[in-house]
Amino acid sequence: MTSPAKTTVLGLTDEELIHPGNRACTGCGLSVLYRIGLKALGRDCIFVVPPSCLTVMQGLYPISATQMPVLNGTFASTAAIATGVRAAMKRRGKKTQVVAWAGDGGTSDIGIQALSGALERNEDIIYICYDNEAYMNTGVQRSGTTPRGGLTTTTPYTGKQEQSKNVPEIVAAHNPAYVATCSASFPLDFHDKLLRAKEIKGLKYLHIQTPCPPGWGCDERMTIEIGRMAVECGLFDLYEIIDGTKRLSEPSERLLNKKQLRPLQDYLALQTRFAALTEEQVAGMQKRIDERWKCYREALKEEGQ
Amino acid sequence: MAKKVALLQGNEACAHGALYAGCSFFGGYPITPSTEVAEVLSGELPKIGGKFIQMEDEIGAMASVIGASLTGAKALTATSGPGVSLKQELIGYACIAETPCVIINVMRGGPSTGMPTGPGQSDVMQAMWGTHGDHAAIALVPASCQEIFSETVRAFNLAEKYRMPVQVLYDEIVGHMREPVEFPEPGELEVIDRTAPSVGPEAYKPYDTSFGDVPPLAAFGSGYKYHVTGLNKAEDGFPTTKADLVDAEERRQISKVKNPTALADIESNEEYLTEDAEVIIWAYGSTARSSRYAVNELRKEGIKAGLFRPITLWPFPEKRTAELAKQAKAIVVPEMNLGQMILEVERVAMGACKIAGVHRVDGEPINPGQIIAQVKEVL
Repeated sequence: MTSPAKTTVLGLTDEELIHPGNRACTGCGLSVLYRIGLKALGRDCIFVVPPSCLTVMQGLYPISATQMPVLNGTFASTAAIATGVRAAMKRRGKKTQVVAWAGDGGTSDIGIQALSGALERNEDIIYICYDNEAYMNTGVQRSGTTPRGGLTTTTPYTGKQEQSKNVPEIVAAHNPAYVATCSASFPLDFHDKLLRAKEIKGLKYLHIQTPCPPGWGCDERMTIEIGRMAVECGLFDLYEIIDGTKRLSEPSERLLNKKQLRPLQDYLALQTRFAALTEEQVAGMQKRIDERWKCYREALKEEGQ
Repeated sequence: MAKKVALLQGNEACAHGALYAGCSFFGGYPITPSTEVAEVLSGELPKIGGKFIQMEDEIGAMASVIGASLTGAKALTATSGPGVSLKQELIGYACIAETPCVIINVMRGGPSTGMPTGPGQSDVMQAMWGTHGDHAAIALVPASCQEIFSETVRAFNLAEKYRMPVQVLYDEIVGHMREPVEFPEPGELEVIDRTAPSVGPEAYKPYDTSFGDVPPLAAFGSGYKYHVTGLNKAEDGFPTTKADLVDAEERRQISKVKNPTALADIESNEEYLTEDAEVIIWAYGSTARSSRYAVNELRKEGIKAGLFRPITLWPFPEKRTAELAKQAKAIVVPEMNLGQMILEVERVAMGACKIAGVHRVDGEPINPGQIIAQVKEVL
């Protein structure tokens, strides 16, 4: 497969589909995604959004962050409501893009049944999960995607004991049309993946790691830096799965040429949520990252042969 | 020794009340304005060997509570309107399977998402009629942080004693308000545990009515093997479609709460200056606090007002409400909904006096001025 065209900052449309001065927290990773994402999606969209930080960001009357039609549904139902909208849109003869945009709780926990159903039916929708790795809207409770060891208000002493769910892989096991992982720190990568998703029929799933300064316990000015580090440490891999073939995206792909990945500790040290991790736990996490990247390199070698 | 007093939020008082009552399991899901109950218990339960689990959703939270309870734990969940709606099928399951458990509902407005950070009292009918099918319900409505503590203890007691789900409903105002809360000494408040079987595993039947309307409950894992189902069941716990057995079972599950002895045990009200009252303000939860203020103001003006405050909302305080309706010229029912408990007051009063409501659903509390104005209008 040839490398798809890349948008640069200069290539982005000037048109803004969100208003400035919304209710997102300072340094919110989601606000970057929403702004850039809407530029890729364009005006012919309808959004289905469950209770989440995005609901808060969209604002209270009369201050609204968005110029788009939004169906703000209930927590457990995002993909199912989107299914209904898609079916009725089709009946109207409209090609309007139906975009479900939910958080990690609304996707990996309470919303996973609806998502799995939509995946099985291969609904022609784009499903975006912005993953800030906890229930941030209700005040930082652990979610299915909170990393092991992460401190939250419901894992207050030793951090979360369980391994996080790998939602993109759960989704990929349904074999949908398109799966991609993205990062709020690489908004142009997200932008271009959305452009590709728009051209594909069936269910397109995009999972975005989204730094959250109040929830992660980091400086507000570090949002982009932290997300970038998660990728550079090899912790959060950016990739696409099209027709069952997984391919690392450029920010992750370029790590294949590096002899040594950036140490995970650099990423962890910037966030108070990892304060309860022991040295052994960090070493264990580092080992798993190293092993995964060894597999990537070996797979690449085999491909080369 | 001086008692421990702490400045606690209502939700925190609830968590500590649960611990006092012997709660050892919490299954929950984050939802405003109840999340602090979970947050406190996530830190406290592990310290006493209990288990806190944040489940994957509201339904899972309620289901885990039922599983834990049938395995012998005193189990709790805490949520708000949308969460209670999702839990309703399982609340009915806990009714028919006769499973003790406590559900905290910190009320916000609605329907659906409503105003998550604003107060409401619009789930009071849902507490009775939310789940389908005929069933009894017990719902308690504390009005202060101290009372949230003690009513949470009482909720566990009633759940254990009557083998059924008990709901504690308080509005967001009391849930998030901070007040000094005095921690009772151990033994100061009664703590009731479910009746254990007096027969061995071979002779045990989970719904054996020869022990009364509330059959003893054995814990799974304690050597007793039995069947639990959401279907109508016979004494041995297995499903039945025999008309006489189903009828008796359905009726017993209601009469175990509604027989006169049980009613006297479960009912709890507070009355303030009702003895000579010509107008009764019938109010519960935080609204009752505005009402008490209104009563004092009205008395200053020479209007004989009194406050009737149900602490047990369900079963409905029929007898006392009917008596007051006969005594008074009017009953005023302020509530943060568009008229729910007022319907019950009207039903019970049977036209004996004038009845008027004060209703508010804009996310703001009902203030004494509104109540006073309505009292003056109705008199």
